Amino acid sequence: MNFLFRYANPHEFMRLSGAVLPFTAAATLLCLAVGLYLGFSVPPDYQQGTTIALLFIHVPADVVAELAYGAIAVCSLLSLVWRHPLADTAARAAAPFGALFTALGLVTGSLWGKPMWGTYWVWDARLTSFLLLLFLYLGYMALWNAIEDETRAARAAAILALVGVVNIPIIKFSVDWWSTLHQGESIVSGKVAPVYLWPLLIMMLGYVLLFLTLWMVRIRTAILERRARNLMQAN
Amino acid sequence: MNFDMGPYAVYIWPAYGISALALIGITLWTLAAWRRAKARLAALEKRGPSATKT
Repeated sequence: MNFLFRYANPHEFMRLSGAVLPFTAAATLLCLAVGLYLGFSVPPDYQQGTTIALLFIHVPADVVAELAYGAIAVCSLLSLVWRHPLADTAARAAAPFGALFTALGLVTGSLWGKPMWGTYWVWDARLTSFLLLLFLYLGYMALWNAIEDETRAARAAAILALVGVVNIPIIKFSVDWWSTLHQGESIVSGKVAPVYLWPLLIMMLGYVLLFLTLWMVRIRTAILERRARNLMQAN
Repeated sequence: MNFDMGPYAVYIWPAYGISALALIGITLWTLAAWRRAKARLAALEKRGPSATKT
């Protein structure tokens, strides 16, 4: 924990993130460029045809959607248990990105569902629990905005975030626990052919790096905004 | 590289288009907020703590 607290103060965070950002930004662009190039060079899938191209933007969006929620949950726990002010800032900063990636997962999935399943939407367990994730993000952001006192808002939002964590394993295992139209897990179990797996992994890395980069910029923005507020109050 | 998506093009290109727009859009939004916060803080610091006390 000491390690975390040493680097998690606003001053150190500004210094470290400032040093790291150019590299994560460059790595993001590189991964997305290579991933797209490889993704558009694959042969059509024997079952899904050219719609395999959707794999490379659908799965990465879903991964980041869940990763961002995990990030919010960990920061919320740090905030509730150790009352660390930067943890609140970090949790709140991740939410809009999480919501956007969740929406992208839903939209790209829907556009994949139509040609493969014959429908844009079905209330199966995977799709429904993923839609719930979007509502959790929206509720989390609304709660932050609804309570004026920042300490109380942070506390309420952190509790909501931690309660919502239960949805993450439900999303993950929904395809095993219920009979879903959505296909089962295929990446970790090695059912994705290498020719598709590499572009997918590189795009995934690109999406994760993009999220981390934007998240850092947003935390930095919040730190500057707080400094400005403190200056205003001091005057 | 192959951009011929055949009959599925009507599903694939909108998905790519929406994803690209959303990701570029949120990047620009994030950078704009950063620049705004930086400029505001710089203006406040330049004004100095004494400026409003008089």
